[in-house]
Amino acid sequence: MSEFWHRYRRNKGAVVGLALLVLVVLLALAAPLAFPASPWEMTGPPFQRPLGDYLLGTDMLGREILSGIVHGARVSLMVGVVSTVVAVSLGIALGALAGYFGGAIDDALMRFTEFFQTIPSFVFAIVLVAIFRPSIISIVAAIAIVSWPPVARLVRGEFLTLRGREFVQAAVVIGESHLKIILSQILPNAMSPVIVMASLMIASAILLESALSFLGLGDPNMMSWGYMIGASRSVMRQAWWMSTFPGIAIFLTVLALNLVGEGLSDAMNPRLARKGRA
Amino acid sequence: MRSVGRLDFVARRLLKSVAILLAIVVMNFLLIRLAPGDPASVIAGEAGAADEKYIAQLREQFGLDQPLTTQLAVYVGNVVRFDLGYSYRNQRTVADMVGERLPATLLLTVTAFVVALGLGVGLGVMAATRVGTWADSVITVAALGFYATPLFWVGLMAILLFSVNLGWLPAFGMQTLGTQMTSWQRALDIAHHLVLPAMTLAVFFVAIYARLTRASMLEVQDMDFVRTARAKGLTPTRILRAHTLRNAILPVITFAGIQAGQLVGGSIVIETVFAWPGIGRLAFEALLQRDYNLLLGVFFLTSVMVIVFNLVTDLVYSLVDPRIEVGA
Repeated sequence: MSEFWHRYRRNKGAVVGLALLVLVVLLALAAPLAFPASPWEMTGPPFQRPLGDYLLGTDMLGREILSGIVHGARVSLMVGVVSTVVAVSLGIALGALAGYFGGAIDDALMRFTEFFQTIPSFVFAIVLVAIFRPSIISIVAAIAIVSWPPVARLVRGEFLTLRGREFVQAAVVIGESHLKIILSQILPNAMSPVIVMASLMIASAILLESALSFLGLGDPNMMSWGYMIGASRSVMRQAWWMSTFPGIAIFLTVLALNLVGEGLSDAMNPRLARKGRA
Repeated sequence: MRSVGRLDFVARRLLKSVAILLAIVVMNFLLIRLAPGDPASVIAGEAGAADEKYIAQLREQFGLDQPLTTQLAVYVGNVVRFDLGYSYRNQRTVADMVGERLPATLLLTVTAFVVALGLGVGLGVMAATRVGTWADSVITVAALGFYATPLFWVGLMAILLFSVNLGWLPAFGMQTLGTQMTSWQRALDIAHHLVLPAMTLAVFFVAIYARLTRASMLEVQDMDFVRTARAKGLTPTRILRAHTLRNAILPVITFAGIQAGQLVGGSIVIETVFAWPGIGRLAFEALLQRDYNLLLGVFFLTSVMVIVFNLVTDLVYSLVDPRIEVGA
């Protein structure tokens, strides 16, 4: 572990990203303490500029922007993490089956994956959320449904190469069940690229969620960054801060996750780490 | 033999595209049935949008009292004839509505794509040939930044800066309304309106292509055939053009094909932000009106766009790749 950290630390960007990410997580955790009132509640006069009585100003209804941002962090992180967990599980299951059994199963599953990779994912996510009504569950499900294919392809590739290795052959000879071989022999050895991909997927899930709620497809009961920006459009000329700060919040969070992803990738594949990075 | 091989390849790719399209149609059909509520009212829009007579007519038209397989056959038959149904809210056929919005979206996405690929590859090459200099650092950091920024927010910030504060570019729409213009003036007017949305849509992809090109160039630079070219005494420019770039660009093209869907998806938010009158904006209007049939029409058309785009990139790939001969 300490060696892993040592390698991770060599990527300066990744360290900055990790620090940023910890900050966002702390902010999200502290939200109910720092702003006990609901972020939907009007706590001040409308259209207050930033750096006055309210650090980041207030919106047209007198709701605090900062309160919206810290509460929105909870929603963004939660949607990002949960949808990624679902997508990764789905991708691992299908990829493992395809790569382990090969043949017709592999063919069928890969056609299925290709189909989901071809259809325009954002439009599909919009259709899913709209038809099944916007809610936290439909949003998480839609993001997971459009995000799993790359995981499946990755896991399949890993399984294809690991399948023929001696330790797997040995397990087959001993008579271990397929399920046991998949779960305890191959999967643990295929996990490191999946972890890297997952960290990047959380980032794109957060971007996707923000775009959905910007279009008015957010959960109507949850404050989110995309919603805040969408709601501020009509008053953008008078109140630049309303759209600017939530956007910076999205940017920093997504950037942090991308940097951490790169750092993980470097630390897990030390041989490849220097490629393309001088 | 070569042309026969390519023809065969094209035929196989076309067949695959048709299969994917068919699968999308079937999925659309299932989505309408899986949606909460009566399929007829889903097709008509949110409850209350349609009167009883229309709902009854829809039931009959889609055979909603028939077995599911018959319904599916009717539905597929309709779509094949490009009958995407009727938008009750707008009192028009969906095919007409998406059809008239298509040119605006094509103009926006194709412009953005060309800009993104040109600028992205250019910047990537620039960074790769100057590794470790400040130019490389600026490009790399900027690419990292734009890769993490939501498109719609970039659009809003661009409006604040270039339209509201500087007053350089129009923020909304596709042309200036209510003025007499010659066709030349109109083209210029549209181009003027196109700058902000196209640039905003492109910027995310510029970031991706620049990163990819840079990494790919660095990898190819160390390969044997480049060393051979250098040993032969070719000029650096010639090596770059004929050897390094030609090989380094392959993963970029592959990726550009995969990204086609993202580009089309991005145009939905961009058209919404800039009130660009294309199918993305239409999707947003359909969302506001809960006009699901129209939304599914947009989904179908964007899927067709992506499939066509993938076909084109595959063909371009086969033309550019110096190593393989297609279908051989």
